[in-house]
Amino acid sequence: MSDAYSGPVTGHVPVLRLGDVLLVTLQGDLHDSTAQQLQQDLAETVSRTGVRGVLIDISGVEIVDSFLGRVLAEIAAQAKLLAARTVVAGMRPAVAITLVELGLTLPGLGTALSTEAGMELLSQQAPSRPGGPRQESP
Amino acid sequence: MHTAAGVEACLPIRSDMDLVWVRQHVRQAAARLGFGLVDQTKLVTAASELARNTLVHGGGGQMAAQHVSSRGSQGLRLAFSDEGPGIADLELALSDGYTSGGGLGMGLSGARRLVHDFEIDSAPGSGTTVRVTCWVVRPPRPREGV
Ligand SMILES: Nc1ncnc2c1ncn2[C@@H]1O[C@H](COP(=O)(O)OP(=O)(O)OP(=O)(O)O)[C@@H](O)[C@H]1O
Ligand SMILES: [Mg+2]
Repeated sequence: MSDAYSGPVTGHVPVLRLGDVLLVTLQGDLHDSTAQQLQQDLAETVSRTGVRGVLIDISGVEIVDSFLGRVLAEIAAQAKLLAARTVVAGMRPAVAITLVELGLTLPGLGTALSTEAGMELLSQQAPSRPGGPRQESP
Repeated sequence: MHTAAGVEACLPIRSDMDLVWVRQHVRQAAARLGFGLVDQTKLVTAASELARNTLVHGGGGQMAAQHVSSRGSQGLRLAFSDEGPGIADLELALSDGYTSGGGLGMGLSGARRLVHDFEIDSAPGSGTTVRVTCWVVRPPRPREGV
């Protein structure tokens, strides 16, 4: 097993736009303030771009503690208020085991095993296409 | 053969940058002592919770890491101490979901579940010290190497 050195991550985490989805890749050890900054950046970007989904790839994250867990849950809650769904993809098995033991099950967070699966989930569940809400007609 | 060199340390906990160093040290120390990936993850997560409490509730302090061994088992002991306000009601502080601030209240109770031994020493006005120990439990496994 190769465990590359992952240094502390400070400042801004890049947010990529892929069509109707914002993609964020978290890697290494996140500074508390970086996680909070990301939360703020995502709210602004979702609101500005009107995307329908936020996909957070955490396959490179070695631990999720209650702080990061809370940030992820709050990202999902605020995205929901801005009409976007959030999916966290690629959680490592050791992280999942630890989170459950810690007592954090993160209800309200959509999950997927990989970013590809997460993308698929988000595209399936987009309730309406650009052009406004679909009207049910008899 | 696992080595205990580089395990012992005393690290300051004064800023959220220090939390990163604490996690990194615990990860490296646990790996050196031969902890498996899941146990490393549990230990680092517990350390992160306790160090953040030292910072946020205790006003800062330090973590001391120590290699311990008992009857052939290797372990890692971590002590988080501060000279903050202390905890008046330990039982309450240790219950799931109790927070005096805006947290989830899962840090202390959750960290206790993630380690093998958990001890807390605190009184109002005299600071808080939390000591945790994890032991390397080696399940039988195939020989490593190709
Ligand atoms: N080192 C400390 N000094 C003083 N009080 C503490 C200390 N550690 C914990 N506490 C008290 O115990 C309570 C519970 O701690 P716990 O870590 O479980 O929750 P929290 O820190 O409030 O929230 P979070 O879920 O984000 O960790 C805290 O709200 C605080 O009142
Ligand atoms: Mg806490």
